[in-house]
Parts: sequence; C-alpha cells; structure tokens
Amino acid sequence: MGSSATWGLVTATFTSSFVEFVEALTIVLAMGLTRSWRSALWGAVLAVVALAAFTAAAGYALVNWLPETALQLGIGALLLVFGLQWLRKAILRSAGLKSMHDEEEEFREQAAAARVAGAESRFGLDWFSFVVSFKGVFLEGTEVVFIVITFGLNAHDVPLAAGAAGAAGAAVLVTGAVAHRPLARVPENALKYVVGLLLSSFGTFWAVEGLGVFRDGGRLSWPGDNWSLLGVLAAWFLLSRVMIHVMPRLAAPSAAQPAPPSVLERVS
Amino acid sequence: MRFLEAFGRFWWDFVVGDDWKIAAGVATVLIGAGVVVSSVGGGGAFVAPLVGVALIAAFVAVVAVDVRRR
Repeated sequence: MGSSATWGLVTATFTSSFVEFVEALTIVLAMGLTRSWRSALWGAVLAVVALAAFTAAAGYALVNWLPETALQLGIGALLLVFGLQWLRKAILRSAGLKSMHDEEEEFREQAAAARVAGAESRFGLDWFSFVVSFKGVFLEGTEVVFIVITFGLNAHDVPLAAGAAGAAGAAVLVTGAVAHRPLARVPENALKYVVGLLLSSFGTFWAVEGLGVFRDGGRLSWPGDNWSLLGVLAAWFLLSRVMIHVMPRLAAPSAAQPAPPSVLERVS
Repeated sequence: MRFLEAFGRFWWDFVVGDDWKIAAGVATVLIGAGVVVSSVGGGGAFVAPLVGVALIAAFVAVVAVDVRRR
C-alpha cells in the first residue's frame, strides 16, 4: 500500500473514531462527575470487554460464514446509514435549521438526567451510572468496530486501521483525563461533517459493490474501481453544499434560524 | 422480557438512529437494486453509478421531507 493510501486510511479511521470516542467520554464523565466514578468506570471497562468479545465472535462468524460480497453489502449499508444520519445533521446545522452540537450542552443534559435518576444499587455499584456508561461506550465502540472493518478491509490493512482507532481512543482518554471535563474545544460539528462524508462515501461504495452477491457472488464493479471512491466522495460533498443552500428555502419561515458560520468556515 | 426489550431498543437505536426514514430509504434502494441485479443480471459499468445516484436521490427526498415538516 502506498504511503498516501496509508495516510488516507490512518486519517480517515483516526478522525471517525476520535468523534465516537469523544461522545463516549462525555457520557462517562457525566456519570462519573455527578454520581459515581467507580460505577461509571466499571461500566466503561465492562463495555470494552463486551465489545472485544462481540467483535471476536461477530468477526469470526462474518469472515467464516458469509461470502465477502454479503459482508460488504451488510457493513456498507450500515455505514451508509450512520454516515447519512451524520451528514443530514451537518447539512441542517450548516443551513441554520438545527442548533450546533455542543458537547458541553450534551454533558449538561446527561448530568441533569443523572441527578434526577433514582439511587438503585446492585453489586455494590450505582446502577444508573453503570448502565448509562456501559451502554454509551458499547454503542460508540460498536460504531468504531464497523469503521475499522470497513476502512481496514477496503485498504487491505485492518491492523493499521485498528491501530489508528486505538490511537484516537488513547488521545481522547489522555485529553479527557487531563482536562477532566467534556472536550468542548474539539471542532465536533466540523469533524462530524467530514466523518459523515467519509462514512457515506465508503458506505455507498461498499454497499453497491456488495450487491454483486445477488448476481454471481462477485463484486459489482465501479468504473475505475477504487478510484471511483474519490468520485463518490466528491458527489456527496457537492450535494451537501448544494443542500445547505437550498434546504432553508424549503423550510417554513419560522424554522429557519440565523445561519451560523458554515462548518467548513469553522474548520479554517 | 425487560432485557429483550432493552436489547432490541439498543440495536434499533444503533442501526436506525434518529431518523428512521434514512434507514428506510437506504434499504429500499438497496433491496430494489438487488432485485434488479438478480433478475436482469446487470453487470455493466453503469449499474454501480446508477445505484449511487438512486441513493443520493433517496437521501435528498428524505431530508427535503424532514425540512418541509419543520
């Protein structure tokens, strides 16, 4: 694999995973700071263990029992749905039709819910913070697993993709431990826009190739093979820019808010 | 029972997310394309881009419906 492809794989996986880890960290921090660090951390640790077991079992089953094209179709479709959800939010935010995601606000909402929740104790743990941390880390972690599988298999280097995701997790963990608060300074809206584009593009590419499972089991090929991935990415990007300008005109007048700076402008 | 309900809700949240229409749009296009590919055996170079365009069209329709309801 060429060095540019290597850097592309590392950057795409690191960025996508980073955003997922930031969300997981916010949940664990909210539970730890408002209720019980011990329970929140146990929830996070057990979620990582459960995630490892799920990944090993699902990975073995998928690789050994499913044709490669069926795997592409399934994972590509999932990734496409994730990516389009993020892209939809990014377009609505940039068009001024939805408020910007704010990790501080997310933290406040989680913390408020934690304060009013009942004080049920099981196995010596505060059950609410344990369950919320477990669920948050497992959910975000599962998305990271799918990201690593897709980006890694597409570049024929799953270990490198896993390493990039691990580095993103470590970076978020270290920053969170040092800051001891939600990572509000991360340009999360811009990152989510980029990640939405990446996931939508890889998801489209993979899901469509996987449709070959309905024909003869071979891949349905794109013109130019892997190079068409760039075309798919460009198509989603251009579409998103057009939609950011057109969608406010479709909305009822009361729905449109003063347009915030575009996410791309916020990056620069 | 509560475990099964929570388990089902977890996977629903994971797969479908905030807007079920996006998952429905993607599923509709891919199932439709799968039916066409299996019955016609389409293998031409134009098939993949056409499915891509259909996915884009479905996404635009879903977001437009969402925006008009706001």
